[in-house]
Amino acid sequence: MSAAVDLFTIVAVSAGVFFFLAGTVGLLRFPDTLTRLHALTKADNLGLGLVVLGLLPRAAGPVGVLKLVCVWLLVLLGSAAVSQLIARAVRNEGPGA
Amino acid sequence: MTTWESFDIVLAVLVLPLAFWTIAARETFVAVVSYVAYGLLLALVWVRLGAPDVALAVAAIGSGLSGVLLLGTAARLRDVEEQAAAARPSLLLRVIAAVLSVTVAAGLAVALQFLPDPAPTLAPVAARNLAATGVGNPVTAVLMAFRAMDTLLEKVVLMLALVGVWSLAPDRVWGGRQGPRHQADPQGMLVFLARLLPPVGVVVGVYLLWVSADEPGGAFQGSTILAAMWLLAMLAGLTDTPPVSSRRLRLALIAGPAVFLLVGLGGLWLGDSFLSYPAAWAKTLIVVIEIGMLLTVGLTLALLVAGPPERSARQ
Repeated sequence: MSAAVDLFTIVAVSAGVFFFLAGTVGLLRFPDTLTRLHALTKADNLGLGLVVLGLLPRAAGPVGVLKLVCVWLLVLLGSAAVSQLIARAVRNEGPGA
Repeated sequence: MTTWESFDIVLAVLVLPLAFWTIAARETFVAVVSYVAYGLLLALVWVRLGAPDVALAVAAIGSGLSGVLLLGTAARLRDVEEQAAAARPSLLLRVIAAVLSVTVAAGLAVALQFLPDPAPTLAPVAARNLAATGVGNPVTAVLMAFRAMDTLLEKVVLMLALVGVWSLAPDRVWGGRQGPRHQADPQGMLVFLARLLPPVGVVVGVYLLWVSADEPGGAFQGSTILAAMWLLAMLAGLTDTPPVSSRRLRLALIAGPAVFLLVGLGGLWLGDSFLSYPAAWAKTLIVVIEIGMLLTVGLTLALLVAGPPERSARQ
């Protein structure tokens, strides 16, 4: 049982780290603000989601699980809202502004 | 090498160049952004040093709140920045500045060699008397009981800073509202966020205060989060800064230090000295002081960010 849980954690966290890596590469390599935002949101949403999912079986009790899920949801809300705002600023003022 | 050791090395390799970059960056905006990132990494360093209370303070105040203040400064400086960069100081001035910097750095390096080892510490005494305060978190015990005087003065300093910001108001808007009136698309993302996030933020802020009696947290950290929530609602145009002439605002601003002072003077009357808490009441008094502090510090921090009064009270 514990080996299965360990395997689950390793797979999920590694997949999450992969999305963070891909998001970072995208942030550095993509040509303009909108595509870079696209790359970043993948890291925040999927990457952090998978890391949190992998850590859930290790959380200290139901309160720990709740806190981890809350962290993920708050980051989702924050990053979604901020990327919308940045994208709107780019559309209104042009990429140079 | 253990996993933690390699993590610490990676952290150091990230923090030091970022600190250098913050100083070396030419543009103010770039420097501020790297300072914010530096503050967040520094919070991780404090976690690794086993000081989660300091980590919370650095993340909330050092990185978050100072970051917002500095971003505002960078925005105000943007128009004159090119002129300032073009006006290169004379060679003599630069040589003098370099000599001064090197002297200070060398002095510090020499002084480091003569520090007593082991360093003098009051930590064992504080730990031994922790039970007398009724709180379980030693950091809170030091801040609110053993060194309560420092914390009291710190709050007075914050208020003085706000008076300084107020005094930048032109005469015609004296007593008016701070900062510009923000407006945002009522269907837009900012308004959505400003309606959704504050209930969560208020709970987290109050939780940080409440939990600080026994676990890492604190009134300052909590009030920074409350201030951030208020600022978010302001930025979305959902609420406005109160006029600085408002009596209710001024009463709220002195509530924290006033409660603190009253409790301190009560110690003079009932206990041994100024700011001594009767043992049976210590924890209750500490929580009462912290609640007053949460209100006052939250208001003060948000109004410090809002900027000097710009409009008459009716606008």
